[in-house]
Amino acid sequence: MGIISRGFSGRRRDGGEKLPPGQYLVTDFPVLSAGPTPKVSTGTWQFTLKTEKGQTRSWDWAAFTALPSEQITTDIHCVTKWSKLGTMWKGVAIDTLLDGVDTGASYTMARSYGGYTTNVPLADLRAGKAWIAYEFGGKPLHPEHGGPARLLVPHLYFWKSAKWVTGIDLMERDEPGFWEQLGYHNYGDPWREQRYWGD
Amino acid sequence: MARAAVLGRLTWQVATLTATRDETATAKTLVLDVPGWPGHLAGQHVDVRLTAPDGYTAERSYSIASPPDGDRLELTVQRIADGEVSPYLTETLEAGDQLELRGPIGGWFVWDPDSAAPVLLVAGGSGVVPLMSMIRARARAGSGNKVPFRLIYSVRTPADALYADELTKRARDDSLGLSYVYTRMAPPGGPAPGRISATVIASAGWPARSPEPPAVFVCGPTGFVEAAARLLIDAGHAPARIKTERFGPTGT
Repeated sequence: MGIISRGFSGRRRDGGEKLPPGQYLVTDFPVLSAGPTPKVSTGTWQFTLKTEKGQTRSWDWAAFTALPSEQITTDIHCVTKWSKLGTMWKGVAIDTLLDGVDTGASYTMARSYGGYTTNVPLADLRAGKAWIAYEFGGKPLHPEHGGPARLLVPHLYFWKSAKWVTGIDLMERDEPGFWEQLGYHNYGDPWREQRYWGD
Repeated sequence: MARAAVLGRLTWQVATLTATRDETATAKTLVLDVPGWPGHLAGQHVDVRLTAPDGYTAERSYSIASPPDGDRLELTVQRIADGEVSPYLTETLEAGDQLELRGPIGGWFVWDPDSAAPVLLVAGGSGVVPLMSMIRARARAGSGNKVPFRLIYSVRTPADALYADELTKRARDDSLGLSYVYTRMAPPGGPAPGRISATVIASAGWPARSPEPPAVFVCGPTGFVEAAARLLIDAGHAPARIKTERFGPTGT
């Protein structure tokens, strides 16, 4: 235990038992972005999966949203300390995109409109653990929150759920993405409070 | 020095409150002594951790308001009426009390004092805090060696402006360009209240197309940052030159 803060009792809110260490509950949906929200039209939107050998699969908006989709209800945890419980999304499982893809890769880099990148081990995107989401709360995903489509990897801190995603590269070797080069943890497990380098 | 500090492991450190300053009716600056503070870059923040007697802890992030200055660190905290941590920091904490913090955090929203590019700062409300660290860091540079700085500061009323006296002084002594936007109530004799607009960006900002394109830092509530960033892009600023930091609810 750290030093005691004289006169501090804090506020234990309902739902606290579901929160990873150091997180607090919000009911709104805060935004964290490093730069302006890019304007991405579904008319020109494209998503490309690229293997470590350079083979690609691409979808435009119509083809992507015609893929089998799933309804996802999940808790999300931002490294800036807020958590939101029971958020509802619709999207395409990464398993669906990877179906039939020949790869020996263990790592991935998600790439976004605007230049943002984030790295996630491939195993963390498989087995029903990650999606490309394009609806939130039954409505098209708002641009501020990453629309038209964002990666959704809810078991990791939410910066891993890249907004405005336009592709995933499969890689044999791990590389740090945008925030991962700027002091944030390479993996980002909220339950182990892996916020920053060395956590 | 500070550059290396960004890269190290962030351990919890004990800070002692040495003084406070009231900035507005609801915002207070905490002057902290942090032995062994590794240094920081203007624009970075810290995580603060409070621990109740029964072991319950609460963590929040706060922007650093001071320039790099040894073991001394200043945080400006805006009190949120129903907040868990900010009322404690602004009303209960007294000189001599200790708290835990770790940092510095954030290697993106930072101003590099070695950069020659002119700087445009755009603040909404308490979003001015990390920008104040940049203004203060620049003030340290020798005269004749200061890159041009402009601040556009949007506040509800004059009474809500943080650091008003010091900003006036920086504008007078330090060639800081200073423009206010008042959204609810403006001082008598000036323009009527309004929101940040293309006109404000054009008159109080820098031209986007300069030999040395300006570095732009925008910080404030999400709605403000979205609006300001859109106006800046419409004015020709490259998205890659606009760094943003947002806080607070979106209402969605």
